[in-house]
Amino acid sequence: MSIPLIQIKNLTKTYINGEVETLALRENSFNVEKGEFVSIMGPSGSGKSTLMQMMGLLDKPSGGEYLLEGKNTMDFSDDMLAETRNSKIGFVFQTFNLLPRTSVYENVELPLLYNRDISNKVNEKKITDALKSVGMEHRTSYLSNQLSGGEKQRVAIARALVTDPEIIFADEPTGNLDSKSGTQIMQILQKLNNAGKTIILVTHETFTAQHAKRILNVKDGKIISDEIVKDRKIAQDGELLK
Amino acid sequence: MLHVLCPMFHILIPIKISFKNLMAAKFRSFLTILGIIIGVASVIIIFAVGQSAQELILDQIRGVGSNLIGVLPGASDEKGPPASAMGIVITTLKYDDFLELKKPKNVTGVVAGAAYVMGTATVENDGTEIGMSFTGITSEYPEVESTGMSKGRFFIEEEETNLSRVAVLGVTAAKDIFGDTDPIGRKIKINDYKFTVIGILKERSSSAFGIGSQDEAVFVPLLTAQKLLLGINHLAYVRLKIDTIENIPIAEEEAAAVLRNEHDIDDPDDDDFSIRDQASAVEIVGTVTNAMRYFLLAVGTISLIVGGVGVMNVMLIAVNQRIKEVGLRKAVGAKNIDVMTQFLVESATISFMGGLVGIVFGIAVSFGASLIINAMGFNWKFIISPSSIVIAVSVSILIGVIFGIYPARKASKISPMEALRYE
Repeated sequence: MSIPLIQIKNLTKTYINGEVETLALRENSFNVEKGEFVSIMGPSGSGKSTLMQMMGLLDKPSGGEYLLEGKNTMDFSDDMLAETRNSKIGFVFQTFNLLPRTSVYENVELPLLYNRDISNKVNEKKITDALKSVGMEHRTSYLSNQLSGGEKQRVAIARALVTDPEIIFADEPTGNLDSKSGTQIMQILQKLNNAGKTIILVTHETFTAQHAKRILNVKDGKIISDEIVKDRKIAQDGELLK
Repeated sequence: MLHVLCPMFHILIPIKISFKNLMAAKFRSFLTILGIIIGVASVIIIFAVGQSAQELILDQIRGVGSNLIGVLPGASDEKGPPASAMGIVITTLKYDDFLELKKPKNVTGVVAGAAYVMGTATVENDGTEIGMSFTGITSEYPEVESTGMSKGRFFIEEEETNLSRVAVLGVTAAKDIFGDTDPIGRKIKINDYKFTVIGILKERSSSAFGIGSQDEAVFVPLLTAQKLLLGINHLAYVRLKIDTIENIPIAEEEAAAVLRNEHDIDDPDDDDFSIRDQASAVEIVGTVTNAMRYFLLAVGTISLIVGGVGVMNVMLIAVNQRIKEVGLRKAVGAKNIDVMTQFLVESATISFMGGLVGIVFGIAVSFGASLIINAMGFNWKFIISPSSIVIAVSVSILIGVIFGIYPARKASKISPMEALRYE
């Protein structure tokens, strides 16, 4: 049996703002295996975003353990966290977060620039492959502000893929999109998962969450349920098939 | 840390990106670097104009020929300018001193001497009045100043002291007063006294008079000037021509001895005169103009520092506006040092570009100034020293780096979570 990709034990997070202490996460424990498609769902303020920040190594927990590929991330220096984010993790944000006035190609290239292990010579192929997998390979020279919302998110996914990471974290990826574009994005995510990518999806919408295979419900900083999705939604060409 | 600095492409990409960011906000970028442009332009202009001015003055001195000794009233430090050059009038030098100084038995190697007084007067000819400078001078002037006549003659020795009302004009002065008419034998009025023009000097581009040239001068005999036009009995200065350069040091010493004798001075510390030769004059002028240039340079540097503060302010604003971008870069794997390098390169690039614009602007202004000054009649050389350009470029980059450090550090501390904050 292989080690789970993600192992979380008694994870807590407290925010200290002046004199006010907010307990955002309390003592959560769970594992995620390689190749899973997990949705973290809950209302705003539930702590789901905080959980994603911990898991995505964007911030450090206050207590507990987070093992990524068996390594204890609590010991990681800032530089090591950055390296791990670069090579193991890809992010897809609700507001796309593309670099303004920058081409599609250069946006997808960004993680490669910070990666000292991948040689420059293979950059172009990796970028083109990533763009192909989201269907944006014909728009490499378009500037980010010339794209529609759906196209931007697709480029963001390509950027998340370009270093061939283990995990894709998607935080409300369809939140700023119309339903047609949203369906396209979910279709891409499902396709990536079918090809073996581990996907962690954070959302407050039940409908979106049901595109995953497993849902963790979060409330008031605690995971209150951990279930396999029964009626999984499959996104296809703008239509839903059950 | 070394492995960060080694891959050169890590530097080139931020330069490319920062150039793009600059072009995207052209007006804001321009305002940012305005301080640097002005600072660098000032440095270039100060260097160029300062050097040209120095060359002009030194040319004047060199043009005289190096075998002259100047004797001036008023004591002064050997290394500094004499009092009369600073505008102070001292009346201790007299015509009798001049006569003694001119004697070869008193001063070794002296071949000729001239005594000078100066003033301004209204020169009138045929109803036209012009305000002009004039010089009261003795008869050996052409030999001392290594010049000659183009028409007529210069004064003779008797005319030095017999209050003759004769005048010699420089070429340009003659044209200004008489136009194309032959001035020889004609009368002019200087401060209402009638003078006869007896000669025109040869054209001469440089002269040790000062910034003006001999061509514009009006000469009258010494005593005539002193008594009729100025009401004084002292001299402004004396010049002695010495036969060889080697004799100059001893000639200076002996000239000093003559004056001490004439003025009853026992202690050299009580000297009421100064003696200069061309070499020391060149040195003094050099020192004075250098001091002025360095002072102005300090002013220029202050303006560069102000420019640097401007860059820092705008970089700080830029950092604030790009929090989300920095958060994103960190989220996809940028380390603190990557972010810091990026912003440092950006501010160095901005400052460098400001430096380039400042250099072009500075050269243009210096060139324009040289055109104007040359049109005014001065032999002004347009000099741009390559070292001033190298210094300006290096300093502008340095300013960008130094004043970029604080904003860059702030940027590097931004948390990757900022990428998730929704405004």
